Amino acid sequence: MPGTLLQTPLHDRHVELGARMVPFAGWEMPVQYEGVIPEHRAVRTDAGVFDVSHMGEFEVEGPHAHELLQGALSNDLDRLSPGEAQYTLLTNEDGGIVDDLIVYRVGEHSYLVVVNAANREVDFAWLKEREIRGSDVRDVSDACALLAVQGPRAIERLGLPPARPFTFAETSLDGVEVMVNRTGYTGEDGCELLCMSEDAVRLWDAVLERGVVPCGLGARDTLRLEVCYPLHGNDIGPETDAISAGLGWSCALDKEFEGVDVLRRIKAEGPERRLVAFVMEEKAIPRQGMPIEGGGNVTSGSHSPMLDVGIGMGYVPTTQAKPGTELTIDVRGRPRRARVVKKPIYNREG
Amino acid sequence: MAAAESYPDDLRYHEEHDWARLEEDEAALGITWFAADALGELVHFEPPEVGSTVTKDQSYGEVESVKAVSDVIAPLSGEVLAVNDQVVDAPETVNEDPYGGGWLIRIRLADPGEVDALLDADAYRQVLADQ
Repeated sequence: MPGTLLQTPLHDRHVELGARMVPFAGWEMPVQYEGVIPEHRAVRTDAGVFDVSHMGEFEVEGPHAHELLQGALSNDLDRLSPGEAQYTLLTNEDGGIVDDLIVYRVGEHSYLVVVNAANREVDFAWLKEREIRGSDVRDVSDACALLAVQGPRAIERLGLPPARPFTFAETSLDGVEVMVNRTGYTGEDGCELLCMSEDAVRLWDAVLERGVVPCGLGARDTLRLEVCYPLHGNDIGPETDAISAGLGWSCALDKEFEGVDVLRRIKAEGPERRLVAFVMEEKAIPRQGMPIEGGGNVTSGSHSPMLDVGIGMGYVPTTQAKPGTELTIDVRGRPRRARVVKKPIYNREG
Repeated sequence: MAAAESYPDDLRYHEEHDWARLEEDEAALGITWFAADALGELVHFEPPEVGSTVTKDQSYGEVESVKAVSDVIAPLSGEVLAVNDQVVDAPETVNEDPYGGGWLIRIRLADPGEVDALLDADAYRQVLADQ
């Protein structure tokens, strides 16, 4: 229902720019301004900015914050020093993926967790339930705005110093205090800028003044699909495990966390099915939910603006998961050929 | 570049946002500027086979943008004489020139009387205004 949708602090800016606004995870968000394809190309060749203020932010603090998160998240927090970030999974007792998220180690006993908008409430309740004495989880999402500035010229246009991926630092941009995170969801260089909600409009204007192109969720989806970043709710979820999804690299199976036994067993036995990437060999665009012959289905599908061909990801039996394997996808009743490819589908060096 | 909004007076329209250009007992069919704009840049056209028949008010193909799939509704019935290969190869032609190079198929009319039920440009503009 449109009346109940949440709006980010940049809502009026999006409308002024002529964005097409759509409901997404309970929010009214821009799906495109100029068009998905030109926005996609801007990020691949120059720089684009996405309002991702709908995402959730939690602060986790206290002498036992580390213990709480180390037991709930799949990746090894011991490998994080203050100033570093990590991609990780919140897992359930069956090894399923409650959410995928990024954890930032702000200080020795203080973390920032950035989660998917659609899972904000579930994640918060999940962590609250597991809170231990000496750890405190706070949902600070409403106080925060988040802008992703992505593309090969993003850092240069913002005038930021070079930094390694998955690090972060505090700085100011045109007088706005921001946390600059060297993270993103496009496969390009760039950063995510976290600021206070009341500063969001000033920060957005400062970014646009530097020639960065406003981009909507449509381009965000095609960009992440070209580089095979999974989307929670499509490619991964509480019913799918990290090993089958190809996210074993983000699971420290030598430590204890929820569901680790199941993941160790799947890893040892080998998964029955795998999340593969594929490219269409006939003219057709795969879409989420389309059956793949031999048992499987498309979890994400679209048109690749860079390769000008239909691309997708989906689960197939392990016997069909090798790159080079031919797949047949049921495109609304029409069988269409595709081929399994190595991830990512699109390579910057291409 | 996407074309500017227009609805030429020499065409007839179907309220599902399709147009027909009548030439004796044949017609070229396509989608209107409004439909193309609503979808965004087209990236795929799934055409019917030449020689097959299309039926008024029923889908004869699909057009797709990055985000969406839409059935294309036949404004008139008839046999498919030709498919626009230019659109199959470069679907964005529909956004650039919806009433010229962006035609989709050509048919031989099964019942020229069906034309009477189509809208003229003014009536179609009214359909859009009422939405």
